Amino acid sequence: MSPTPWIVRVLWLIPALPMLAAGFSALMPKSQRRASATLAIGSMSVSLVLALIAFAEALSHPARQVVNFPWMQFGTQWVSLGWLLDPLAAVMLVMVTFVGLLIFIYSLGYMAHDDNFTRFFCFLSLFAGAMLGVVIANSLLLLFMCWEVVGLTSYLLIGFWFHRPAAAAAAKKAFVTTRVGDLGLLLGMVWLYAQSGTLLFYDHSAGCLEPGAIGGLGAHLTVGGMAVSTAIGLLIFCGAVGKSGQVPLHVWLPDAMEGPTPVSALIHAATMVAAGVYLMARVYPLMTGGALAVVAWVGAITALFAACIAVAQNDIKRILAYSTVSQLGYMMLGLGVGGVAVGMFHLITHAFFKSLLFLGAGSVIHGCTEEQDIRNMGGLRKYMPITFLTYASGMLALCGFPLFAGFWSKDEILHSAHGWGLSRGPFYLGAIGALLTAFYMTRQVYYVFFGERRVPAATVTPSEVAAHAVNAEEIEPVVAAGRPGEVCEPAHAHESPGVMTGPLVILGIFAALLGFVGTPAWPWFQSFLEGQPLTWDPARFTTEGLLPLMVVSSLIVFAGLGLGWWFYGRKPIERATDPDVLERIAPGVFRALANRLYVDEFYEWTVIALTRFASAFADWLDRWILGGAVHLVAWCVLGLSWIDAGVDKYAVNGGFDAACRDVAGSGRLLSRFQNGRVQNYLRVIGAALVVLAVVLLLWERRG
Amino acid sequence: MTPLAGCLLVSALLFSVGLAGALTRRSAILVLAGIELMLNAANLNFIAFWRFGPHPEALTGVIFVIFSIAVAAAEAAVGLALILAIYRHAHTSDVSEITEMQG
Amino acid sequence: MITLLTLLPILGGLLVLIFGRTREMARLISALFGFTGLILSLLFWYAFSPNLPGMQFTEWYYGWAPKLGIEYHVGVDGLGVLMLVLSALLVVMSLAASWRNENLGRVYFALILFLEAGLFGTFTALNFVHWFLYWELSLIPAFFLVRLWGGPLRARAANQFFLYTMVGSVALLLAFLGIFLATNTFDFVELTRMAHSGRLQLELANNLPWLRGGTVAPLLFWAAFLGFAVKTPVVPFHTWLPATYAEAPSETTMLLTGAMSKMGVYGFLRILLPIFPQEMQHFMKPLLWLAVATIVLPAFAAWAQKDLKRTFAYSSINHLGYCVLGVCVAAQLTGDSPHLAAERAAALTGVLLQIFSHGLTAATLFWFIALLERRTGGIRGVEEFGGLRRVVPVFCGLMGIAIFASLGLPGLNGFPGEFLIFKGSFPLAAVASSVSVLGLLLTAIFLLTVIQKVFSGPVNPQWEAMPDLTTTERVALFPAIALMFVLGFYPQLITGMVHGTVMQWIAGGGL
Repeated sequence: MSPTPWIVRVLWLIPALPMLAAGFSALMPKSQRRASATLAIGSMSVSLVLALIAFAEALSHPARQVVNFPWMQFGTQWVSLGWLLDPLAAVMLVMVTFVGLLIFIYSLGYMAHDDNFTRFFCFLSLFAGAMLGVVIANSLLLLFMCWEVVGLTSYLLIGFWFHRPAAAAAAKKAFVTTRVGDLGLLLGMVWLYAQSGTLLFYDHSAGCLEPGAIGGLGAHLTVGGMAVSTAIGLLIFCGAVGKSGQVPLHVWLPDAMEGPTPVSALIHAATMVAAGVYLMARVYPLMTGGALAVVAWVGAITALFAACIAVAQNDIKRILAYSTVSQLGYMMLGLGVGGVAVGMFHLITHAFFKSLLFLGAGSVIHGCTEEQDIRNMGGLRKYMPITFLTYASGMLALCGFPLFAGFWSKDEILHSAHGWGLSRGPFYLGAIGALLTAFYMTRQVYYVFFGERRVPAATVTPSEVAAHAVNAEEIEPVVAAGRPGEVCEPAHAHESPGVMTGPLVILGIFAALLGFVGTPAWPWFQSFLEGQPLTWDPARFTTEGLLPLMVVSSLIVFAGLGLGWWFYGRKPIERATDPDVLERIAPGVFRALANRLYVDEFYEWTVIALTRFASAFADWLDRWILGGAVHLVAWCVLGLSWIDAGVDKYAVNGGFDAACRDVAGSGRLLSRFQNGRVQNYLRVIGAALVVLAVVLLLWERRG
Repeated sequence: MTPLAGCLLVSALLFSVGLAGALTRRSAILVLAGIELMLNAANLNFIAFWRFGPHPEALTGVIFVIFSIAVAAAEAAVGLALILAIYRHAHTSDVSEITEMQG
Repeated sequence: MITLLTLLPILGGLLVLIFGRTREMARLISALFGFTGLILSLLFWYAFSPNLPGMQFTEWYYGWAPKLGIEYHVGVDGLGVLMLVLSALLVVMSLAASWRNENLGRVYFALILFLEAGLFGTFTALNFVHWFLYWELSLIPAFFLVRLWGGPLRARAANQFFLYTMVGSVALLLAFLGIFLATNTFDFVELTRMAHSGRLQLELANNLPWLRGGTVAPLLFWAAFLGFAVKTPVVPFHTWLPATYAEAPSETTMLLTGAMSKMGVYGFLRILLPIFPQEMQHFMKPLLWLAVATIVLPAFAAWAQKDLKRTFAYSSINHLGYCVLGVCVAAQLTGDSPHLAAERAAALTGVLLQIFSHGLTAATLFWFIALLERRTGGIRGVEEFGGLRRVVPVFCGLMGIAIFASLGLPGLNGFPGEFLIFKGSFPLAAVASSVSVLGLLLTAIFLLTVIQKVFSGPVNPQWEAMPDLTTTERVALFPAIALMFVLGFYPQLITGMVHGTVMQWIAGGGL
């Protein structure tokens, strides 16, 4: 075996550096803003450089390279951890460090006035470190550990403006919801450990993803005739469902928009939510056909479901959040029907254009004095041209406009779904989802950037007013120009500083062009991931029915764009209070969609109510039944002791007392004789003498 | 009537007088005097039984009586001293009023 | 050496009583002895050879009352050393926490040292009578600590605590008297050897023919179980705990939850598992479900509590439930399969990790409660705060770390133990462990609710002037928090130390 190259040996530094930066900046006082940001960005840059070197290494040696080490001991065995470098990890490393670095830089501008700037960079670095840890983990356990830390930082960042009750609640919701999935992952993990005896993915053909273990897993059957590997795969998928916001655990992701916008971009677009997809890609060898079918269906349903809801949202970030959920559904669908490369390709392109969209939305919010309701925007094209152009690039990429990044990756998913042997259902779901995607993005862009600037009136919901009120009194730091709560005059809308637009431009270029690394004619990305030779072959378009499908999907996109224009672009929206066009057409459906199809309410009334009831019940059980039983025993003992005391007092002591009383009484009686009169005594003596004499005499007489 | 009987009669009378005095008198001194009388009645009996008994040659009765008189003298002295002490304490020598030893 | 270690705190306590004229003097002396105890116990850790089987540093005198089987026999294995270090550490932490609490005076410090002696004795004694003596001895200072310095309902709580534990102890004592009648020995090592060779069962059946056609062994087992179940506690014998933890001064609760509750788990590991292996196997199903109930029910109940101390008290029961689960599955007969033996090893190693890490985390959490109570004058309702993170950021940050350690976040001390327990228990008892996993979710729910209600949201104007942690407090807390990280990243620190002991348990040698 050839010696491990140095870059693989020091691969651990890539996640460790941001984590160390986080540790240091956690110890810094709040005032060290510059140092903290420098530390975070510096460590991230070094990580990016290392990631690029690792990428180059993976390019030159596509074979998987691992470094394992023992972590802790139990009995004769060791729990081992390790890291690995393969094309999959290398691609993710570069993506995460690159997008992460851009978002760090962007945050410099966005968070410039925040009180807790230092903390923000601390959490952000920790987050990036943990995410990179997930990427390079060669052990499901290490992956799980980093995964949980990712969850923690997500919790901290969503709740970053912790004084807002909504943010605190959203943070908790995110952590708990993802934890539901994590429990499945944990069970899957211990099951896998028990079955294969190791959690290392690759360990010189002794790892759990290598043919030996996989064969063993497939051979075992468990409940219902399911192969053990299917069951384990589904349990692991639970974790991915939670983290990647798949139905039915998607509810936390839109609420997570309470966090600062760069967080939304980093976590809820580029990295954390991608962790679920990455996890599935990583354990792909474990997934059997049955498990993959579940993955595909869940993905497809999520894709359509979230796209429907996105149509009726008015918060600029929530639209993007639901779009993220929907796109994650596509990734899962791609994984399920097409394999690792298909899903991962969309993951990578999506990371770029979705972080672009989020950062663009952040720029809009930033330039528009904290306004998030798209009905109160409009006409921003004129005030923020760079933001508009980059946003448009991202939007077209997301819609799957031909030649943009999303087109290639989404098309590949649809193509795979079309060719899927089990069912056509996911394909149709995905196609309708694509139509809706184009539609809601067009709606959003028309609302935000076109028409005239609309003055916000009473459309602001009370909760937003409350949030703003809190901001107003607490020196809300995010604002560069104008104060929150003021009416957003057109004059106030302004382009964001260069530190924010720079990343936008870079991401915009990627959003437009990145797709060309994985076109059917030149599938560099796919062949890199799968380790196959790369060939240039335009003929692939015509074979496999690819071209017709591409045309169809392009038509779908055009239809979506057209519909959006027809409803929202044809006549400019005049007033913020105007009801939505769709609302006029189908008020009931629109309201249901705007209320997110009542999923949250459904959970509130079922799962949460049940848990609350169980908790109250457990408390009641403790206080009244178990505690009551103890008290009952105590009372019984007390009762016995009362009985005993009664017996003592009245029977035992009573008898004794009575005897004593009698003795005393007789004493009192006798003491009457001793009256102190000497002559009485004498008389008695005399009388007694006489009596005695008489008795003696009589006695004598008789004798 | 034999001399013995006469002596015993006299001593019986003497005893009765003493007893009556001890029981009825209120003055402690007179009670004491009564007691002395009874004692002397007993002494008289000693002498009488000795003189008219089977062994008059042994002087047992006389010696017994001499002892008895000596003890009686000491007793009278102690008794009078007690009476004086009580008088000093209670300002009376009336035995019916001195009931401090009541139970 | 062990004798010295055990007597040292008693001496310290007496010196505190004699010379601790002023509070400063008393706490100085007690701190001196606390630290000496910690250093000595760390020396034991250092000198302990993890790869040797059996007891180390043993001292054995026959002379006490050999006819009655009462001998002075002390020694430690990996478990013992772990418990010694944990108790010594927690005593130092508790002393540090009460350093500035003016209510706690000379007698308090002396009682803490007496309690430490009781703990040391319990964790080192190898003869039942000797062990039982310390087991009960530790109860007395604990009772007075609760009774004299507790909250408004302290009298009731202290009595309940004392009596309840006493009932368990009496059952335990009766069980061991029965064993002594049958075997003529009180020695743990000897009894373990007999149990392993099957002689104990035989002797019990032959010498105690009280039950016609049956052996008294199950009866004795359940009696001993009761003693430990009350102490640990196992649902449904836990109702004394929330009241006691809530009423005791938080500085004392640190020791109650950190060290005294571990006496129960210690009993499971030192006595039930080695001496009653057959009974453990025979009653595994009901025991497992008791463990599951101990994990799940208190976790539910914790969410319904309005008092921070009660919340953490229930969380403490929940965490000890994982230990009980691990012990129960480790009792399973695994035949010759080395694979399943490894799962048992994992569960037991996990239990040991969990013991230590829960002691550390729970004590730290109650330390924070003590600091909070001192700032609020005793107010600690979950609903009575809000936005503390803005007022006292350092306090909230550090307490947040402890809370996340408690909910088992990887990288902090709670995770390795819980992972190993589940890793071991899932293959051996899949359904029970799957239900228990629910406990992890519920822990997250109620702990995050605490953070949400206490740390986040708008600032409650009542606490706007609350002072943040002082430098002294930060310095004092730092080692505890640092240790959480150390154990989270490097659990081998403990697993390496106990692995010889675990191997021996797995082999069936017990002690």
